[in-house]
Amino acid sequence: MMGLFCAVVTRDLRLALRHGADTLGAVLFFILTGTLFPLALGPSPDLLRHMAPGIIWVCALLAALLPLDRLFGAELEDGSLDQLLLIGLPPSLVALAKITAHWLTTGVPLLLAAVPLAIMLGLPGSTLPILLAGLLLGSMVLSLVGGMGASIVLGARRGGVLLPLLVLPLITPALIFGAAAIDAARTGLPWAPDLELLGAFLAAAIPLCPLAAGAGLRAAVE
Amino acid sequence: MLDDVSLKLESGGALLLTGPNGAGKSTLLRVLAGLRHPDGGSLLWEGEPISQDRTAHASRVAYLGHQDALKPSLTVRENLALFTRAGGGDMQAALKAVDLLHLSALPARLLSAGQKRRTALARVLLAQAPLWLLDEPSLGLDAAAVDLLGQAIATHRAQGGLVIATTHVPLPLDNVSHLALPGMPDQSRGWWGADETDLTGDAA
Repeated sequence: MMGLFCAVVTRDLRLALRHGADTLGAVLFFILTGTLFPLALGPSPDLLRHMAPGIIWVCALLAALLPLDRLFGAELEDGSLDQLLLIGLPPSLVALAKITAHWLTTGVPLLLAAVPLAIMLGLPGSTLPILLAGLLLGSMVLSLVGGMGASIVLGARRGGVLLPLLVLPLITPALIFGAAAIDAARTGLPWAPDLELLGAFLAAAIPLCPLAAGAGLRAAVE
Repeated sequence: MLDDVSLKLESGGALLLTGPNGAGKSTLLRVLAGLRHPDGGSLLWEGEPISQDRTAHASRVAYLGHQDALKPSLTVRENLALFTRAGGGDMQAALKAVDLLHLSALPARLLSAGQKRRTALARVLLAQAPLWLLDEPSLGLDAAAVDLLGQAIATHRAQGGLVIATTHVPLPLDNVSHLALPGMPDQSRGWWGADETDLTGDAA
């Protein structure tokens, strides 16, 4: 079963590699929206440093939403979803494999791109590890909750519009804790509680989201 | 849509589903595959209802749908790789059976419709499943490929496998039973009003 799970992940990674432009799109979107803020808010270093955690987190959230629409949508359209549900893995594990692939192709590149963006916005170097730790947990939560949302709106008309409306409210706790941890680190307050709460959110999402996503996939092929 | 349909298949059996467009052939196949819940009736495999463990039923089924379910950017081999893992079939043998060895390194987007169909058939072979559910398997195939399809089905049945196929054209199959589905759904009975959809698979 583990072998099959890895085979689904490998297949998705290979697909992402073949469609490099789609995969890079989310990262470029992240960097571009991030650079718009200094242009719009003015080049005051104090203001930017103050807003940097929020900017990075909101941009990362929106960027990670971009490829979610196609995560299961493409599989449903070409009939691959039927085949994936028949390979002998429970639907929740099929969903988890696709979610894992989404995190590897979107979450990890966003994590790497967050470093130059944080430096550009003037975040002190000492807060970078906190930013990365928060984003590491947060991007996993986002892939899980986003994958669940994507499977629920699967097959719905205008699902692409519905998806952010469904996912963004659910993801707000991660945004609050993640941005608060960086703020705490910047001002010298304890940042561990925020990251721990983020970890708790992830711990709840890991078993629950794939279950819901699996049910969504089953319903979509009915 | 389907009403009072009852069918039973023994090891090595084959069943052809025929009927006009919209009669519910594909829907019946999806129900048999466990992809769709029947609105009524029961579906048994060796006496056990399949709804008890749909994942276990999935591993007994090789399903060929309307769509070939191929990723255009992956090669034939890459498209099939996942299903080699799932079913444990021999890729080389499966490609040879559908005469695709010489095209196996080509991306699927370069294949013709018939070649894509043959790739999808190779996936059915790779699944190594006792029950084959084929939705118009000969769609887009030339005469030689239809012969290959007939041979593959005959080999599968000789090993005790079951085949249920929908078709509008004659398929090269020996002693096959037929189930002709009636025409338009009876609107007054609701969309899916099967009282008794009974399949007893008894594969070796």
